[in-house]
Formats: sequence, structure tokens, C-alpha cells
Amino acid sequence: MNLTLRIWRQKGPEDKGQMVTYPVQDVSPDMSFLEMLDVLNERLILDGEEPVAFDHDCREGICGMCSLMINGEAHGPQRGTTACQLHMRQFSDGDTIDIEPWRARAFPVVKDLVVNRNAFDQIIAAGGYVTAPTGSAPEAHSTPVAKANADAAFESAACIGCGACVAACPNGSGMLFTAAKITQLSLLPQGQPERYTRVIGMVDAHDEAGFGGCTNIGECAAACPKGIPLNTIGRLNRDYLKATAKRAGTPGS
Amino acid sequence: MDLFTTGDPIADTKAPDGPIETRWDRHRFEMKLVNPANRRKLTVIVVGTGLAGGSAAATLAEQGYHVKSYCYQDSPRRAHSIAAQGGINAAKNYRNDGDSVHRLFYDTVKGGDFRSRESNVHRLAEVSVNIIDQCVAQGVPFAREYGGLLDTRSFGGAQVQRTFYARGQTGQQLLLGAYQALERQIGLGNVEMNARHEMLELVIVDGRARGIVVRDLVTGEISTEMADAVVLASGGYGNVFYLSTNAKGCNVTASWRAHRKGAYFANPCYTQIHPTCIPVSGDHQSKLTLMSESLRNDGRVWVPKAKGDARSPKDIPEDERDYYLERIYPSFGNLVPRDIASRAAKNVCDEGRGVGPGGLGVYLDFADAINRLGRKAIEAKYGNLFEMYERITGEDPYEVPMRIYPAVHYTMGGLWVDYDLQSTIPGLFVIGEANFSDHGANRLGASALMQGLADGYFVLPNTIANYLASGGLEKVDASHPEAVAARTEVEERLQRLLAINGDRTVDSFHRELGQIMWEHCGMERSEAGLRKAIDEIRTLRDEFWQRVRVPGDGEGLNQSLEKAGRVADFFELAELMCIDALHREESCGGHFRAEHQTPDGEAQRDDDRFSYVAAWEYTGTGQPVLHKEDLTFEYVHPTQRSYK
Repeated sequence: MNLTLRIWRQKGPEDKGQMVTYPVQDVSPDMSFLEMLDVLNERLILDGEEPVAFDHDCREGICGMCSLMINGEAHGPQRGTTACQLHMRQFSDGDTIDIEPWRARAFPVVKDLVVNRNAFDQIIAAGGYVTAPTGSAPEAHSTPVAKANADAAFESAACIGCGACVAACPNGSGMLFTAAKITQLSLLPQGQPERYTRVIGMVDAHDEAGFGGCTNIGECAAACPKGIPLNTIGRLNRDYLKATAKRAGTPGS
Repeated sequence: MDLFTTGDPIADTKAPDGPIETRWDRHRFEMKLVNPANRRKLTVIVVGTGLAGGSAAATLAEQGYHVKSYCYQDSPRRAHSIAAQGGINAAKNYRNDGDSVHRLFYDTVKGGDFRSRESNVHRLAEVSVNIIDQCVAQGVPFAREYGGLLDTRSFGGAQVQRTFYARGQTGQQLLLGAYQALERQIGLGNVEMNARHEMLELVIVDGRARGIVVRDLVTGEISTEMADAVVLASGGYGNVFYLSTNAKGCNVTASWRAHRKGAYFANPCYTQIHPTCIPVSGDHQSKLTLMSESLRNDGRVWVPKAKGDARSPKDIPEDERDYYLERIYPSFGNLVPRDIASRAAKNVCDEGRGVGPGGLGVYLDFADAINRLGRKAIEAKYGNLFEMYERITGEDPYEVPMRIYPAVHYTMGGLWVDYDLQSTIPGLFVIGEANFSDHGANRLGASALMQGLADGYFVLPNTIANYLASGGLEKVDASHPEAVAARTEVEERLQRLLAINGDRTVDSFHRELGQIMWEHCGMERSEAGLRKAIDEIRTLRDEFWQRVRVPGDGEGLNQSLEKAGRVADFFELAELMCIDALHREESCGGHFRAEHQTPDGEAQRDDDRFSYVAAWEYTGTGQPVLHKEDLTFEYVHPTQRSYK
């Protein structure tokens, strides 16, 4: 099939950037979306033009590196699918496809379709862990975990940190990402000792990084390629409220 | 000119002797320690943030060392360990099914076709149990039984259920555990994290590894980073084949640069071809996707009995199907080790009984399991894998059997290391897939995660202390002449790549190199094929340096330039792989030489001539030097592997 691509080109963080139109021919429906961009880039290089920069790595939907806004939807039209797993059979001959980077204050554009998502790492560094230095762990079976809790923790832990939730949110909020980690760890016995300091630390880091506030719109969960449920944010809010009431970190609170 | 010369054998692997059960304990006691107050004065560079690098960086920082960590991705959480699906082995014997440290050790040595070092493998089996404890404490959400205890399943090459898992995303969950421990140390200021940085050279001062030259992939800036020791955890080299299950960015550059500076490269021809991947769909293919080995627990592999049978699988009656793994290997059935399953798939396709476009595929059929357990149970176990299959192929595996074909997945070879995981360059340690240790000529499923975390959490943090405590490390900085020279080399090489301005893209060369390697150094190798491949690689490499076009400049994000440097190194590695495969006139594990097979087509080892690790020294003349490390088997006696 033949397509018209309109792609965001931006030389660097200071450049203003613009949409540029590229026709592509003979696209196979079995190609992945990124393979279609590879074909375009090969042609651009031979034509003496700069190829389009985009982030990608595993190309199997798990590393979270790919990050394309396709026709205004984070990761494109297929539900529960990252851009690298999206295949061209989802499109039709003659389509025009708009491709843009994630757009959010906390994710500045580096070049073309590549953005800086370091803010996510900062949120994790502010508490998204269990303090368990190597070697200090008790026997794994010393603490049973109810299967329902383990399964629910897994569901939240499936987040790949791609940032689609932020890109989809009108406020540019990173609350679904933050809540996914909060939920995973608060459901497990291992996460209890730091439960309330964690939520304060992570939410503060989230706000400082320039993400917007959550107003329960729900675009994040709709765009999430891993199906992280919206109710994780409710859980985060509940823990946050408790934490502020308890003055997290004070003994006996 | 001969392809290689033979040098002195490797004299000392530092592997302790005495009863194998006590070797690691005694060695740990005999090693020197670094006083906690002195640790913060010592800097360790860790390249790579996968299971091995992430866990090592976090652990070293917890112990008090100053750590500098590097990865090419935009975040340490994205290293390719994240894509490991099936599980992690550990000798917990929670199933009471006869497992033990000794059995895991035995299975791993046998699975590796008797080409690994017994002392290392035993240590791996010992610490496997600590890994599970550590990961559970971090909040890794492993699958659990209704009683709240951990669930396990079986994997290829074992008759016990020792594989712990987190649905089909075990690697992701283990990596996030290590990543979170690493982020905690970053937050505490103990680790200096440098994402989107690529190591392009190793700095050696007075014979010791003292730093690296890195390129900031965003600004293009080249800098020299100094330290007291360097750890490479930069993964495997499967992308030399272009098409593999590795992430697009996986590369050999860090290892290869170290090799060029004197680190021996061991057993480069040992590559693992994974039997269950989604077949190639066309010329545009940019990578291959694995379907977890765990699927072979419930899926049955078959092809039609008749050649060229083009009927839809549903229309082929039971008695016209050949469940060839169950037929040839009745005791292990669909769960034979990977090398055996891959070669069997190739054989039936070569016979003309392959299915799907081009006849390069076999069925992996879940109909029986769905009938027996119900669709819901299959969904719970493999749901995400089935969805992934459907997204890629457009076919529903609940209704139509999956089509699978082998693909390059893992490399057992890597930089040579001694028992302390130190390379032949003092102060350069190599961990995880980047080293050669533990898996011999074939890795068993669910053992890569085990090895990466064993190295990073439990082995390296002990052995590196012994090195650092031994002293003799003068203070050096980036103005040292050796550091300046390494940096200049990097700059000149990048300029050279940019200046060619030819008429072919980097990818076109990479693809062609991959075809040569797949055809002649893939699932089956022969003398004639390997000689041909060496000639073709040399010709193509010369063409690369004359005709490649790298657009743009070095002053910022330039993904073509990144790729060009990596492919240039793959060319050199590819030649060494073929030389290694050519010199090893036997078949073992993932290395199958057409000339060396048993009458029924199984790998035929030659223990008298080849019971050694082939460690190659770089000379710069195109003629590497072979150093042999003899392998002795005191506990697991080499036999013809049999899974029948």
C-alpha cells in the first residue's frame, strides 16, 4: 500500500520544529510500524537527507523505549499495543498518518521524535523500591503472599515506563506511572515498611519534575499499552492521604 | 597465511580445588576485603544496566563503592534483559521432586554439552537459591500458588520443576527489581548514572583497566572516564546475525574494544538458536520475536508427515501428523534442550515438510492443552504471549496452531574470564552474557537470568573486592597519555566513518553480513561453508569501509553513526566466529558441524581433541592466537548427551 506520512522534524531542543510530508510506497501489511519508518529512513539516507530520529530498542513491546504519537494517539490506534508492535495491516492504502513525539512539559524533545524521559527515573529514585540490600533477604517462603495480591501486584508491575500515559493526558500528568509502582509495592508485604514514605517521596518527585496534576480524566489508562488500571490512582490517593495524616516516617504513626 | 596460530595454554583459571561443594566458600574466605571506610575512595565503572550490570552497580554502591554506570538506552530500565520471558532457575526443591544444588549443577554441565568449567557452574547452582530470596525481598511479583507460596514450572533440559516465573515477563520483573535497587543508589548519590552514553574504548594504564572512553549520544561529546576497575556487563553479540531476538541496539562494541586491547575472546562460535520464534515474514524484517520456551510445556510441536502438504492444519488428521520431538525423544519430548529442538526443526523443514510461507516453520499446537485444561487456564499462563503472536502475525493461536522457527537468541561465547570473573586484562571484569562462563556450548532455558543475577549480586561484588584490596592502583586522570591516546583513537574512528560518504546504508551492510553468518555459521556449519564465509566477510568489510554512507555529523544525536560503529565491530567479530567454528572440528551444543554427527544425526563431540575453552587473543594482523584452557570433569563425566 501507499501512504503519506506527516512527521515532526526538530533538529534539537532549541529548534522550533515542523511537520514534514513524506510519501512512502509499497508498504507491506506485515511490516511493523517501525519497519515502515526504517524503509523511509533508508531512502532518506540515500537521497542525502537526514533520517528521522526515533527511539526504539526491543521491538517486542516490553522495553518501553518506543514513543510515537500516531494520528494523535499514543502508540497509535490499536489498543494494548506499543508502536513497535503495531503492524501496518491496521492501516489502509492511501492513508495519511501523522507522527509526532510525546508532548509534555516533563518530556522535552531531544530531536525529531525522541524525547527525554529522565523524569520517570527520578520518580523511581525517590521511593519506587523496597530497601533490601543484597544479601539481607530472608528465605523466600518465610512470607506467603495471597495469590490475589500477588496477581494484582503483577498487573501494576507490568508498566513498561514508556510515558504514553503522560502523552495522552491533557494535563501531562505522570500519575498512572507513579500509581502503578505505588500499587505494586503496597500490595506486597515486602512493601509495607516504606509504604507511606514512598508515596510522599514519589508524588513530590513527580510534581517537581514538571508533570501536571491528575484530574481523573482517564485518557492515561485508555492509552496504556499494558492495561494498567485507572483505579491504581485511587489507591495512590488513598495512601497519600493516609501518609499525610500519619506524618509519614514518625515512629508509631 | 594460516587463519590463526596457537599460543601458550591458559595456565591459571584461579578456580580452587578440593571438594566442589566447598570451593566457593573457601575462596571467599581467602579473598582480601576492602575496609568500609576505604570503599568510598574507590571508583568502579559498570557498563550496561541489564540483570548483571544493574545488580552489580546497585550492590557495589550498597557496599560503599563509588559507582559510575553507563547504558546506551534512555534509561537503565530498558536493557534487553527486560525481554526475557520464561523464568529463572533455582535449586530450591520446593516441589520435593528430587532437585538439589548438585542436580542443577549436573543438568547445567550436561546441558552445556561438557564445555563449561565445573567450579563456576557449581557456584552458580549454589547462589541460585539466594537470588530468589533477594528478588522476593525486593517485591518482584513472582507467580504464586493459592497457599501464597511460589509457583514453579519446568523448562527444557530438566526433569524437575525449578523454574520461577512472573507470567511471561520474568526478565522484566527481575530487571525492574535490580533497576529499582539501582535507582535507590542513584537517589542516594552513590551511583552516577549516565544513560544514552556508549562505551567506545577501554583505557589501559600500566597494564590495568583504568577507564573508558564514552560518547554522549545526545550531545556527541566524547569524554574519558577513569576508575579503579571496569566492569563490562554489555550483553551478547547475537546481532552479528542482523536478525535475532536481541534488541536493535544490542552490540558487541564494548566487548570488542576490550578484546582489541588484550582481553581474550572465548568460544565465539557458541551461539544459541532458539527453537520457538515467530518466522520471518519478509525482506523488511528488522528483528525476530521469541515465543517463550515455557510454551513447550503445553504446546506440541508437529509438521505434516507428507512433504509439501499445503492443507490447513485443521484439515490434517491426527495420523498424518508427525509429532517429531515426541517421536525421536520420548523421555524429554517437547522439552528437549534448545539446540536439539532447533536442529530437529531445521531437519524437518529441509526435508520439505515445513509449514507456512517459504516452508520455514513448524506448528506449535495448543489444541490438546486447551481441551485438557480449558482456554481460561491457557490464557492465565500464556495470555500475553498469545496476544503478542496475534499482533505480529494476524493469526489467533487459540484457533490455529502457532507457526514457529528457530532464531538466534543468545551467545554462550564472550570475553574469557577466570573464576573471579576477571578478564585477561587485570582490573577488567566481565559479567552476564558478555562473558563466556557457565553455559558451555549450550545454555539451558531460564539459566541466563540466573547467571546474570548470580554474577551481579553475589559473585562479582566479592571478587572485585579482592582485586581492589590488592592495591598498587596509582591515582590517574584523563590527562594520562594512555587515556588521551584512547580518546584520540575514538575521535579518529568516528571521523573516518563520517568521511566515507559512500552510496550504501549501514543497515544494508549489516543485513548482508547477517545473511552470510546465518547461512554458514548458523544452525549447521561446514568447513567449506566457513571458509567461504570468511572470504565473503573480508570482502564485504572492505566494501563497508569504502562505500558506507553515514549522514550528518558527530555533534549530536546521530543514530546512523551509532549503528556504523557497531556494525564495523561486528565485521571483525564475525570473522573470529567463523575461525573459531572452523577450528573446532567437532559438534557440541549450539555448534553443529555437518562433518561431525552420529549416525542418527546428533552432535558428535570429540573430547580427546576439543575438551577445552578456545580463548582468542587479538593481534591486529588478522591472524588471532589461540590459547586453550583445558577442561577437566571431576564430577560430571562427559557422555554422549541423550534426551531419548
